[in-house]
Formats: sequence, C-alpha cells, structure tokens
Amino acid sequence: MNLTAIRAIYLFEMARTWRTLLQSIVSPVISTSLYFVVFGAAIGSRISEIQGVSYGTFIVPGLVMLSVLTQSISNASFGIYFPKFVGTIYEILSAPVSYFEIVIGYVGAAATKSILLGLIILGTAGLFVPLHIHHPFWMLAFLVLTAVTFSLLGFIIGIWADNFEKLQAIPLLVVTPLTFLGGSFYSVNMLPSGWRTLTLFNPVVYLISGFRWSFYEIADVSLGVSVGLTLAFLAICLVTIWWIFKTGYRLRN
Amino acid sequence: MSSIISVTHLSKTYGSGFTALKDVSLDIRRGEIFALLGPNGAGKTTLISIICGIANLSTGKVSVGGHDINTDYRAARSLIGLVPQELHTDAFETVWATVSFSRGLFGKPKNPAHIEKVLKDLSLWDKKDSRIIELSGGMKRRVMIAKALSHEPQILFLDEPTAGVDVELRKGMWEVIGRLRDAGVTVILTTHYIEEAEQMADRIGVINKGEIILIEEKATLMRQLGRKQLTLQLQERLAALPATLEPYRLILDDDGMRLTYNYDTQGERTGITALLGDLSNAGIRFKDLSTTQNSLEDIFVSLVRRSA
Repeated sequence: MNLTAIRAIYLFEMARTWRTLLQSIVSPVISTSLYFVVFGAAIGSRISEIQGVSYGTFIVPGLVMLSVLTQSISNASFGIYFPKFVGTIYEILSAPVSYFEIVIGYVGAAATKSILLGLIILGTAGLFVPLHIHHPFWMLAFLVLTAVTFSLLGFIIGIWADNFEKLQAIPLLVVTPLTFLGGSFYSVNMLPSGWRTLTLFNPVVYLISGFRWSFYEIADVSLGVSVGLTLAFLAICLVTIWWIFKTGYRLRN
Repeated sequence: MSSIISVTHLSKTYGSGFTALKDVSLDIRRGEIFALLGPNGAGKTTLISIICGIANLSTGKVSVGGHDINTDYRAARSLIGLVPQELHTDAFETVWATVSFSRGLFGKPKNPAHIEKVLKDLSLWDKKDSRIIELSGGMKRRVMIAKALSHEPQILFLDEPTAGVDVELRKGMWEVIGRLRDAGVTVILTTHYIEEAEQMADRIGVINKGEIILIEEKATLMRQLGRKQLTLQLQERLAALPATLEPYRLILDDDGMRLTYNYDTQGERTGITALLGDLSNAGIRFKDLSTTQNSLEDIFVSLVRRSA
C-alpha cells in the first residue's frame, strides 16, 4: 500500500478546500440557514408537530443530509473531473499507485469535506432550534456512510462526464429531486399510500429515515432496512469503480 | 550495456479501430540518451504513454527495469519520470506544492533538500512560492520537468521537451539533460527538432506510421547515411569541365565559378586527393573551399519518404 501517495492526494484535495473556503463551506451553510429561516421559522410555526417533534426540529436531519449528499457528489466529481479536464490526470495514471489508493485519496478527501460540512450545518441548526441526538454513534455512522457512498457516486460521475454540462446534469436532474422527494421536509407516512409506495423506490428515503431515527427515534422505514440499503448502494458504487479501473473506462485509452 | 526498457512486439489499436503501433520492438540501454524521431501522428506519444502507464497496450510486452508494466506496475512506474508534450499543470498551486505533491504521489518520503536542488537546477528557485498560473510557458515547462525529477527517477521521458521554447531556454534544457545523463539517468526524448537529436542523442530511433523503421547509433547513422559535399570557389570562370574530371561527376554552376563534388564519408577513399591533383593538372585554380555534411534532418526526411 502506497500510503505516501494516498496522503499526497488527500492533502492536495483538502488544500483545494481551504483555498475555496467560501465556495466549499460558507455557501452551503448560508443556504441551509435560509432553509431554517423559511421552513423552520416562517412556515414551520404554522405546521403542527410531526410524531411529537416540532417541524423546525424535524427537518434538521433532512437538511443536513441534503447538503451532505449534494456536496459529496459535487466535491468528488469535480475533484476527479478537473484533472481530466486540464490534463494533470497523466501524473496520477503514471504514478505507482493502485486504483484503490487513488479512490481512497480522492473519495476520502471529498467525504471528509462533506462530513465537516454536515457537522457545521448541524451546529448552525442548533442556533435555530433545540437539538437532541438520541444515538450519536448511529448519527455519525449514517453521516460517514452517506458521505462516503455519495462521494463514490460523485467520483463515478466525474469519470463519466466529458463536459461540464454532464458534470452538473446528474446532481441537478437526479439527486436534488430525489433528495427533496426523499422526506427531507416531510415524513413519508404523511403521503397517500400510492405515493408512499412510489417514494420507497427512492434510495434517499432510507438515508434520511435512518439519519432522522438517530436523532429522534422516529423513522419512516426500519433501521435495519435503512442500513442494509445504504450498504447495498455503497457496494454498487464500489463495483462500478472497480469496473472503471479494470477496463480503464474514460481514463486509460 | 544492459537494457533498462524492453518493448517486445508491442501493438496498439484504439477503440476507434485506429492502429497507432504495429509490432514495435525496442530496447533502451541503461544510461543512454535515446531520441525518438517521427512525423506528427507517427505513434511517438502512444509508445511513451503505454510505457508510462497512461494507455493500455493491445498486444505485446513491455518491461521497465525488468518489471512488467502490467503485472508489476508499481516497481516499473516508480523508475520513470514523465514530462508530457502538453503543458498540463495545476493553476492555483505553488511551484513548491506541486513539485512536492509529485514526490509524494510516487511514494517517496519528503526531502526538501532534493526538491530545492531540482528547482535550483531548473532556475525555478526564486519562483518556488509563485502560483503556476503566474508563470510563463517556458517556466511551466520547467515546472513539469521538476515534477518528473522530484521522485529521483532512473528514466526520464521527455515528450517534445523544447516545443515552443525559445533558443536560450532550449540550450538551458539541453544542459539539464546533459547533467542528468552524467548522473546516470536514462533519457528518452521525442522531438521535432532534428538538431536536438543530433546534438544530444547517443542513439536514434525513427518511427513512422506506427512502425519503427530504424534504430541506430547516432554516430553510425551519420556515417552510414551522411554524405559530404566539397565546394570549390574558382578563381576564373570555367566554360566547361575538362574530360579528365568526368569520373568525379562534378557539378559546375554559379555561372562557371563554383564546382561541387559529392562524396561518401563511409567510403575508404573519398577521392579528394585525386580530385585536387587532377584539378591542378588541368590548371584549374580555386580561391576557397568548404565542405558540408548532410544533416540528420536530410537523413530523416529521406527515411520517412522511403517508408511512406
């Protein structure tokens, strides 16, 4: 294992975060705060409690997940797309590193960023509504699992994309709608049964449900199903990346 | 001399169906400077990309330092520093950060003294804290060389190292390459500037349309294919060549004021002594004489034409 190389890639990527602090951390925090102001304070006060939790508090886990998901994808996809775009990928490909090490470096950095971001947003939320986390371990486990899984997905998108439009397309057209419809702002149980069944095909539902359970012990689906499906999604991403490097898809001609 | 890179029956066909390399076999000797010449699209960059791990091979075998590039890629790649043709650099990193990153990427522990030496050798030391975006094209080229040298490679690939670089900088680059060779580094360069190969290389390979059409010691190549010309500026106009000089196949031009004699440096006898004697006998006197040798460029052009 070329640990020095992993460290080099990881630190290189993290350096990019600090350089673009405003874009990486500050802007997601501001947009999340705006959600709290609008949904938590302005509209939330007119919405009744959901399963014993005030609406403002109820949406906290969903909002954290919303940011972690989108930021994981955008960090990781940009991280690998950019060297491809400017050509510096030649150095990564010619270095004595295995694909596993490349993935740990890039995905590790992207996941670290979004975990930090998730925790910052959580702290920000604490300023608006009272927070109590019943299962801190599970909360962290879901945060890390989600950050890693969606950073892997972002990495795949970054390799697949051969222009900036494609890089934006998946997050914008697929991930954001899935997240909004995945129960960030409501309980899936509030939907009519037909829509509820349809919603259960949305993988984001399981992430948000599990994550919310770790806070308030209320869930749309059982914890086991949440963990199981998240792990399954992680496995799919890993297999896809294994295939990409095995075939050299869009990396090695 | 033992070989450090061994390419055997290497072929490369891209997904589009284009065959970039056809059954290429090539051995690079340890410590030599090998120049790979070829017109645009001949397959030079593809060959380098495969050896360095950027492109996959279709068939054949490549080993570097005795390590197969596929099964033992770590050992193979750690011996190689690559300077690609295009200026691929990060924009917002500092010179120091990007060169240090390369060293880490190749698994080498930190060594600021080595990075300092590399940057000083390439006259980049005073730019170490500059962001790459602020540097000129020539400096960016040197940053890429610094990145390639950061991990102390035994083999350095330079793909068109002096393309678009001014004359002074090009000479500076040749000096750097000369010093590397003295330090025992094997250098493989591709170039369009035949002068560069002529100046620096120990051996020369010519590739055209994906096939190696020649590999030869530079000196031998120059000798084998090199022809020389003797030009005599006459003191008086000569209307026609006397019959005694016919065997020399002289060319009389410049309105009868210039005689040109082509001879082969490879031949045991060049015929110059006899020619000068016969000229004297014929009463032809000259005021100046010069010889010119065919350049590698002439040789190269004739080779590529022949294989086309």
